[in-house]
Amino acid sequence: MLDTVFFYLFTLLTLGGAILTVATRNAVHSALFLITSLLGVAGLYLLLHAEFLFAVQIIVYVGGIMVLFLFVIMLVNLDAAAAQRQFSRMWPVALGCVALVGLELFYFLGKGEPAFRIAAPPPVPEPTAGNTERIADVLFSQYLLPFEIASLLLLVAVIGSVVMAKKRI
Amino acid sequence: MNGVPLSWYLVLSAILFSLGVAGFLFRRNIITIFMSIELMLNAVNLTFIAFSYDLRQVNGHIFTFFVMVVAAAEAAVGLAIILTVYKNRGTLNADDVNSLRF
Amino acid sequence: MTPFYTATDHLVLLPAIMLAFFGCAILLLDHWAPDIMALFRAANPKDRKWLLPVFVLPGIAFTAYTLWRQQSYLAASGATDIQAFQGSLVIDGFSLFFNWIFLIASLIVAIVSYRYLDIEGEHHGEYYGLILLANSGMFFLAAGSDLVTLFIGLELMALCFYVMVGFLRGDRRSNEAAMKYLILGAFSSGFLLYGFSILYGIGGSTKLAAISEAMAARELDDPVLWLALITTAVGLLFKISAAPFHMWAPDAYEGAPTTVTAYLSVASKAASFAFLLRIFLGPFAASREVWEPILAAIAVLTMTVGNFAAISQTNVKRLLAYSSISHAGYMLLGLVAGNETGLQGISVYILVYTFMNLGAFLVIVALRRGNLIGDEIEDLAGLMRRSPGMAMLMLVFLVSLAGIPPTAGFLGKFYIFLALIETGHYVLAVIATLYVAVAIYYYFRMVRTMFLDPSAEQEPLAGSFGLRLAGVSAGVLTLAIGDYPEPFLRLAQTSILR
Repeated sequence: MLDTVFFYLFTLLTLGGAILTVATRNAVHSALFLITSLLGVAGLYLLLHAEFLFAVQIIVYVGGIMVLFLFVIMLVNLDAAAAQRQFSRMWPVALGCVALVGLELFYFLGKGEPAFRIAAPPPVPEPTAGNTERIADVLFSQYLLPFEIASLLLLVAVIGSVVMAKKRI
Repeated sequence: MNGVPLSWYLVLSAILFSLGVAGFLFRRNIITIFMSIELMLNAVNLTFIAFSYDLRQVNGHIFTFFVMVVAAAEAAVGLAIILTVYKNRGTLNADDVNSLRF
Repeated sequence: MTPFYTATDHLVLLPAIMLAFFGCAILLLDHWAPDIMALFRAANPKDRKWLLPVFVLPGIAFTAYTLWRQQSYLAASGATDIQAFQGSLVIDGFSLFFNWIFLIASLIVAIVSYRYLDIEGEHHGEYYGLILLANSGMFFLAAGSDLVTLFIGLELMALCFYVMVGFLRGDRRSNEAAMKYLILGAFSSGFLLYGFSILYGIGGSTKLAAISEAMAARELDDPVLWLALITTAVGLLFKISAAPFHMWAPDAYEGAPTTVTAYLSVASKAASFAFLLRIFLGPFAASREVWEPILAAIAVLTMTVGNFAAISQTNVKRLLAYSSISHAGYMLLGLVAGNETGLQGISVYILVYTFMNLGAFLVIVALRRGNLIGDEIEDLAGLMRRSPGMAMLMLVFLVSLAGIPPTAGFLGKFYIFLALIETGHYVLAVIATLYVAVAIYYYFRMVRTMFLDPSAEQEPLAGSFGLRLAGVSAGVLTLAIGDYPEPFLRLAQTSILR
């Protein structure tokens, strides 16, 4: 029961934030509403027993990525940008595309509701180890390789941002 | 046990994804377009975690973890590129950034 | 507990380790270049410009050696594939074939770039580092058999390309191209990931093998299967620039430095195709009935858009971008046919396309001089009189791109047509043949400009040594594959994904 209440609460936060992100004219407001939406998603992670990702979502997404966004918004001149057209001129086409995507997702999800009993959930008892511990176990054994590749990815991101943003390299 | 069925999470994530796509297509400010992409990625993350919960696994959590890493890397490079564009051009409106023909 | 870094794992991973190691080493070397040059008593600090590409060579050589070792190990073991990292990476004929192509493309691009970047004033070690790091990303795309590995490999490659496309930081077109490429690339990744999340839900695992089994167990009209298929396909088709999702390609190709355009059009396309084949012949193999008509329609649309948009272009890079879109359509037709000939045809086509498309871009690179960008069709005017060698090379590449017999391009198209006829797709075969005629029109417009139009410039082109070497090699190979196809066909035969 309490689960359902919290689910609705976080859904409201998530969707409300997302709609306002897309709809507000001011980029700073957009960013703030996006943060709200991300916090709502973090709450849903908690409901789904993903405690580790709940923390990561808040620390990395809200604390890192969104702050980066806000910095960039502050660096570029938004007064001029806010006066400009904020929404695409071809909005009927865009609306068509979105409707198509939305309808597709809903049609398949709606029709597929029974099909989504993927494999009957394995009757594993709730594991004794905590969420973070289990993630660490799997990450550093089964997913060791992608973890190492991710280090290369971050290196490229560092090189890339320096190359792009620095005046003389 | 959680009283909320899996399909609710999936529908929520589908709505979130569609909103991200809508933002991507409607908005003209590059930074807002970028934020819409973050919304799409969050919808994906939610699906992964919901499935992961349903399957009693943590593999989905790990995929989400990697999606976050990639989102961070992409945001860093993307915002650096956006700053370069702004420096050379003084606008971030997608309609004005059009010296390449469509 | 299973041991998580075995000798096999090491052998399988070595090429990527080599590429990443040398990619990082070049960044350091760039910093120390003046000191190293002082060691050789080179008085002119500008000599540093040849030091960087020269240092790429050992990187490529070591990687080639590790690939060769993998190949001999695979042959000695007699198995069709070697699994590593608990099924995250797999070495088979398919991955080896594609990795050789990526490596050759990296080698060619690395040795031709220095003069071009020097003219642009952006000759930095980071460029070479990014080439090798992008190549290591491609390695994971060709060899990965786990959704996470494939995804991270894709993003590693894509991130390198975003930066390389925007490498001319002072140039507006380059900035803009990088931005458009990045935004659309991230958008398509979103779709791809949505598809992956559904695939994960279906399979309960991120391993392609497990997902394939779960997908095969599903009914063909299962809506969840359709959802996974459509969203994943949208993401993948974006990456190979197939038709309704191609709009990033002309902009990215035109704005990027020409050497990067060459690399992007060849290596990135081959890697994305390897990725697409892994997914479509793996998890989606059982639902072929569902996607075959969709892909056929997309392939026809891709060829239509690519060929007809190319006709009206005045910019050579943009024209070649549209032509490369239409080539993607031909490659998709091989997948639509889907029999042994078709899959072999895709491999042959990609091999051939690598040499002819790289070659065509190399000539455009050679046209760059002081204040002339050299990417308009008029800039080709009178090339025959100015430098007959380059003009003849360009002729070979264009004839091959058009698909006319004595050259390699014909062989690629021939196999695709053969596969279509074998599987009874007569209408598709006829349409594909008709588009060859359209393609001949716009390629020969360039040939006419080169041979007949008078030119304002009289100076011969001053291509660097690396550029001439690479151009001649690509030309010779384009002719060789067309005239002595047997060894290359056998190579393609080994690359079929089973």
